[in-house]
Amino acid sequence: MQSSSITLSLTIWVPIIAGVLVLFLHGDQQKSAARWVALLGSLLGLAVAIPLWTGFDNATAAMQFVERTPWVSRFSIHYALGVDGISMLFVLLNSFITVIVVIAGWEVIQQKVSQYLAAFLIMSGLMNGVFAATDAILFYLFFEAMLIPMFLIIGIWGGPNRVYAAVKFFLYTLLGSLLMLAALIYLYNVTNGSFDIQDFHRVPLGMTAQTLLFFAFFASFSVKVPMWPVHTWLPDAHVEAPTGGSVVLAAITLKIGAYGFLRFNLPIAPDASHALTGFMITLSLIAVVYIGLVTLAQTDMKKLVAYSSISHMGFVTLGFFIFNAQGMEGGLAQMISHGFISAAMFLCIGVLYDRVHSREISAYGGVVNTMPKFAFFAVFFGMANSGLPATSGFVGEFMVILGAMKVNFWFAFAAATTLILGAAYTLWMVKRVIFGAVANDHVRALTDISSREMLFLGVLAAAVLIMGLYPQPFTEVMHSSVDALLKHVATGKLN
Amino acid sequence: MTVSSLNLALASPEIFLLVMTLIVMIVDLFSSPEKREGRLFFLSIFTLVLVALSLYAPLDVPRYAFNGMFVVDGMAVILKAAIVIAVAMVIIYSRAYLVARKLFSGEFILLILFATLGMMVMVSANHFVSLYLGLELFALATYAMVALNRDSAIATEAAMKYFILGALASGLLLYGLSMIYGATGSLEVAKVAKIIELSRANDPLITFGLVFVVAGLAFKLGVVPFHMWVPDVYQGAPTAMTLFIGSAPKIAAFGFIMRILADSMGGAVADWQGMLVIMAALSVALGNIIAIAQTNLKRMLAYSTISHMGFLLLGILAGTKNGYSAAMFYSIAYVLMTLTAFGMIMLLSRAGFEAENLEDFKGLNQRSPWYAFLMLIVMFSMAGIPPFLGFWAKLAVLEGALNAGYLWLVVFAVLMSVIGAFYYLRVVKLMYFDAPTDSTPIVAAAGFRGLLAVNAFGLLVLGLFPGVLMTACLNAIQRSF
Repeated sequence: MQSSSITLSLTIWVPIIAGVLVLFLHGDQQKSAARWVALLGSLLGLAVAIPLWTGFDNATAAMQFVERTPWVSRFSIHYALGVDGISMLFVLLNSFITVIVVIAGWEVIQQKVSQYLAAFLIMSGLMNGVFAATDAILFYLFFEAMLIPMFLIIGIWGGPNRVYAAVKFFLYTLLGSLLMLAALIYLYNVTNGSFDIQDFHRVPLGMTAQTLLFFAFFASFSVKVPMWPVHTWLPDAHVEAPTGGSVVLAAITLKIGAYGFLRFNLPIAPDASHALTGFMITLSLIAVVYIGLVTLAQTDMKKLVAYSSISHMGFVTLGFFIFNAQGMEGGLAQMISHGFISAAMFLCIGVLYDRVHSREISAYGGVVNTMPKFAFFAVFFGMANSGLPATSGFVGEFMVILGAMKVNFWFAFAAATTLILGAAYTLWMVKRVIFGAVANDHVRALTDISSREMLFLGVLAAAVLIMGLYPQPFTEVMHSSVDALLKHVATGKLN
Repeated sequence: MTVSSLNLALASPEIFLLVMTLIVMIVDLFSSPEKREGRLFFLSIFTLVLVALSLYAPLDVPRYAFNGMFVVDGMAVILKAAIVIAVAMVIIYSRAYLVARKLFSGEFILLILFATLGMMVMVSANHFVSLYLGLELFALATYAMVALNRDSAIATEAAMKYFILGALASGLLLYGLSMIYGATGSLEVAKVAKIIELSRANDPLITFGLVFVVAGLAFKLGVVPFHMWVPDVYQGAPTAMTLFIGSAPKIAAFGFIMRILADSMGGAVADWQGMLVIMAALSVALGNIIAIAQTNLKRMLAYSTISHMGFLLLGILAGTKNGYSAAMFYSIAYVLMTLTAFGMIMLLSRAGFEAENLEDFKGLNQRSPWYAFLMLIVMFSMAGIPPFLGFWAKLAVLEGALNAGYLWLVVFAVLMSVIGAFYYLRVVKLMYFDAPTDSTPIVAAAGFRGLLAVNAFGLLVLGLFPGVLMTACLNAIQRSF
């Protein structure tokens, strides 16, 4: 029970404690105090996460920044944390996005300000916990607890149909995660009483058990990703959620699903994963191509970006299940990049929505004439979303396509259609919203973005560019962990 | 037989409670009306606190009193402590509610203390006769409590139903026990256990008797298909009585079932396991599904109770120490959740108004973010969402059942609890997403508010640190069986 580092604990508990503090500032006069405390908390949360990047050892696949304390001895559950090359970047991404979300909600949210900010801060801490937990029950605890703030965020600050969306979101995810709970208890019995994820990785399992476990975890993570055909909660949740909620959903929670595949499905059920490759790739390609086509048909901007997220996440799962380093690292890079880009896209829509209160594409046109600075960012992020080289969107997609090419030309071919579809739906939307003549009086009355909005869009644009131009530092940290995982999966668990 | 061989000291908490109950009766008689309420309240709380303290005993080996009719072991001590604490909380929660309805009388305190005594005997009994005595002492007091509000037709109807079905259940139980007596020639738990274990496990007479015993127990616990009284009684009884019926008696019922099924008929585990499997599956399904259709919160909680008792059975039917301790943990966790939930209902109720419909919780977050948050904790805890206590209870019983090989049952129960989550979520939805229809300020005494906060945050704190209680339950079970 050595406990050498508290970095990860800090990344989890600093935002949560800040969130609880904010909760106490609920008076009407304390709104700005709540905002400043929340900003401070989120910045502090980001600051304590920095050592993860600076102190990370790229050479090892083992867990780093490990903490391990017995917690519930009855079931030998530990408060065990650690990150490897797969999870480290997401803790950083999450801490970073939280700051953006707090700034983005600064003036927009006027009702129940403290509860809003507290929900996001607490949620941020919980999601860091998901990425950092190395004990299965601890993981499950964060994974489930996360639903509570998100449920409230959608339901309280969301759009007109928010109640339906919130309940759908909650029940969909709960169904999946409870099946995972049954799987975890099963593994606890098989390993003779351990909830350590590493022990789950090592325990030998027959093919039937592996297949059942694979589907139990699949039920949980495919809903989160979301994969076709269990994606239907996402457009609803995204459309109804407030801007900040959409940002966190797209940028972080979806990644938790994909992360789960790497942490649970592949290493615990490697042989079943191999056997079900065709199944997984088919679902991924349907997401990429079919959902890509569905995206084209959307008339609501938020829905359009939501569907485009599903399509992009199809890329991620495709990359994971072609079982080579390029595919997997490409998938991970795509996750990070999508975290930046989708956040930015939703923030751009939020900027327009705050002014016009409509998400319909047809309500806009010619925005560039009244909001030139905004138009610059919108076009830039639109380009990134369609995977333009030199933006981060290109890196992941290109790597996955390369990886897929090694396995099967047609996989790569189908995946590559997204470069066309993605460009089509994104740029078409940009064209209709931004360019052309000024469509109506609402657009004529628009004011350009404030310096606050400039700040968060600018920071995200910088992140997208840096990752697009120089992706190496991002992929470097993944190498060892991805290699180790692939080797483990190739070895299998059958005797 | 000498007095010393009776080991009276072991039963001192019960004896003390009985004496104090009689004193309460006298105090009630000789108090002026304006002083009565306060005196009764403080005397009863004082008594229960002393009883709880006097329960403290080393838990290493079971010790017997009254020539083996009464046992004090780890399980009994922990369950009794939980019962006494729960009853004290019931009295604190109920005071304002009952005073406003002119029901806070000597009878109420007297009945609740007698019922407590009955429950304590139930979990400590080691002989079929003492088991039955405890059960009836508890049950008769409870019937009267439900009927305490004489002018309410609904309450009277509920009391009638409760009485008739309860008496029927007792009859079934007695009938079953008489068969077991016929087959084994003994009423002593230990002797019956030994005989069944040695030779007679397959005796059809025992199996036959067991069916009646299980049916009687299922009635008392309120699991499908013997659940019909639960919704009516929960809804019909004054909320304070519902709070009582829904809380401590569940712990006592667990102890009672353990004494009969696990203690004395552990040898016939294969016979009762099958029955429990069916009842657990039905309870979990029916309780959760029908709860969705309810608009009355008390009735909804009644159906939720049915499903929770189904989960409790999952632990018992495992037939292992892990399972038993999980069920024990579940019963205590469940009672803590129920107390908070009904405490909230009573908080929102006031003189002449019963906040028992789901609608009454509308917009609570705007009226009071604090109370809404407390209710949020209870609802998510009942739904089994971590990090609240309810999650650990579910985890423990699921582990017990899975360990015993009931994978399908675990998956089934898990699916049903997703359905269950829906109606708990609906309460949260009403509180947080809807606008309030009622703007009356929420007032409560300091003691009430404090207890409610401690109660709700207890669910969170115990959810973050469940280890102590879990280990205590496991140790108690391991040393008792």
